[in-house]
Amino acid sequence: MRLEKVRAIAGKDLAVLRRRPNLLVSLLLFPIVVGIGLPLILDITVSRHHTTFASLLPLTDAFGFFFLILVVVLTTTLAAYAIVGEKVERSLEPLLATPTTDGEILLGKTLGAFLPPLGATYLGLGLFMALVDAFSRASLGYYLYPDATIAVFAGLGAPLAGLFSVEINVIVSSWAADVRSAQQFGSLVILPFIALYVAGEIGLVTLDTNAVLVVAGVLAILDLVLFFVSRGLFRREEILTRWR
Amino acid sequence: MIETQGLTRRFGERTAVDDLTFEVKDGEVFGLLGPNGAGKTTTVRMLAGLIRATGGTARVGGFEVGSPEGAQHVREIAGVVPDNVGLYEPLSAYRNLDFFGRLYGCQEPRRGENIRRLLGQLGLWEERDRPVATYSKGMKQKIAIARALVHEPKVLFLDEPTANLDPEASLAVRELLLEVRKEGRTVLLNTHNLDEARRICDRIGILKTRLVALGTPEMLSGTVHGRRTAIRLEAVTPAVLEAVRALAPREVRAEGDRLLLDLADPAAETPGIVAAIARAGGRIREVTEESASLEEVYLKYVREGR
Repeated sequence: MRLEKVRAIAGKDLAVLRRRPNLLVSLLLFPIVVGIGLPLILDITVSRHHTTFASLLPLTDAFGFFFLILVVVLTTTLAAYAIVGEKVERSLEPLLATPTTDGEILLGKTLGAFLPPLGATYLGLGLFMALVDAFSRASLGYYLYPDATIAVFAGLGAPLAGLFSVEINVIVSSWAADVRSAQQFGSLVILPFIALYVAGEIGLVTLDTNAVLVVAGVLAILDLVLFFVSRGLFRREEILTRWR
Repeated sequence: MIETQGLTRRFGERTAVDDLTFEVKDGEVFGLLGPNGAGKTTTVRMLAGLIRATGGTARVGGFEVGSPEGAQHVREIAGVVPDNVGLYEPLSAYRNLDFFGRLYGCQEPRRGENIRRLLGQLGLWEERDRPVATYSKGMKQKIAIARALVHEPKVLFLDEPTANLDPEASLAVRELLLEVRKEGRTVLLNTHNLDEARRICDRIGILKTRLVALGTPEMLSGTVHGRRTAIRLEAVTPAVLEAVRALAPREVRAEGDRLLLDLADPAAETPGIVAAIARAGGRIREVTEESASLEEVYLKYVREGR
């Protein structure tokens, strides 16, 4: 594995993304809306229902988990473009003609599809924490964020969930013929995270620091397995001869 | 530099390339001519290490393209221009070339020097920072060729480099290919364009799933009807025609004021025929030797498919 080639592929994908304003806006808009919207909902709830921020604290953990879902959603959009998009734009054949290994291409593509959504999610999460702190400081008497749960969400959960989403999408890309079907099938990756969120909301599980650590551990193992699976499923020849 | 032996590729029941055997020497420009679906693109993809053969063997630069390690080495020493340019349109020409230079392992400062030289040769240095999306088709095709040359490959595979280009852009690309030829690189060129093949290629193979003809353009022209002698007269009279036919060339045909003769040995036979025409009262204006056009050669072999 030659890291300079991995960096070149990831760097190229990031450079292409920077020059696609529509994709960039859609990537940034959702986290910003969520990062501002969720604290506003909390603030409005407090002022309209004459309740305190302390009574809404369980909700803030659930909102933290929402950002895990967010990174999965955002990654799906980019990851579908990573391989299938290149094929559709006919740029994959010159790329495959270079002396680059399957592992280098996949790792470069994974980083290129994973880093921007993660950055956008961190932006949303930063806004969320800053606004929640601003709205709750007077009521709670201390700054709620950053705390251990959000640190685990941001430091472990979000990157591992993002990688999971990219790898699932790369696997889907290995047999999907167009971006739309790759996105449709790839978006199913969100279902287990939604299920976990709903389970947390109805009290089946508690989405606290320990729960997120367990989720992160499972995701770390899955990410490793999926990387090797995606490498096994990446067939240059079929990509060139079967995709139309 | 390139050797194939019985190279075959099947896709399920369909045979795309069948029993292909040929050799391309170092520094030679070899053209593969053939109709759509003849197997030209499949051949280039096999030789460039992009897809595997289902039969036979091929070596490029001494590396066996059938093995994963060999294919990897071939990709290091080869440049490929696919039938579609496939550039990253939002990026500049410089960024496109720099990216591929990195993937081919071409280090700085050589990479930057090569990009500067290539863009300079193509007259695109001043446009280097413009997104490729703003380029014309011809400019994009030039960048695609430059991309394949950025790491100074020993072998260049070109798949229909002038297809879908207007005449002016085609001319620019052909001039670039002539420059590449001067640099002494081995080139395998897939083309529909017979004039391009005649002007650029040292040897030509005509492919119709199988290789149906192989040789220099001149040799191939000679295989259609030998060398043909054309005699232009003031008028082709029945007496002239009879006098020439009496000397029994293989074929005698009158076309307006010209007599077209298929001779086994023009140097030996032409003086006698000229004398016979003069004796029959014919007034000769011009005697020339013609060979079959590459188009005639192509059509003959492709139609016969032998």
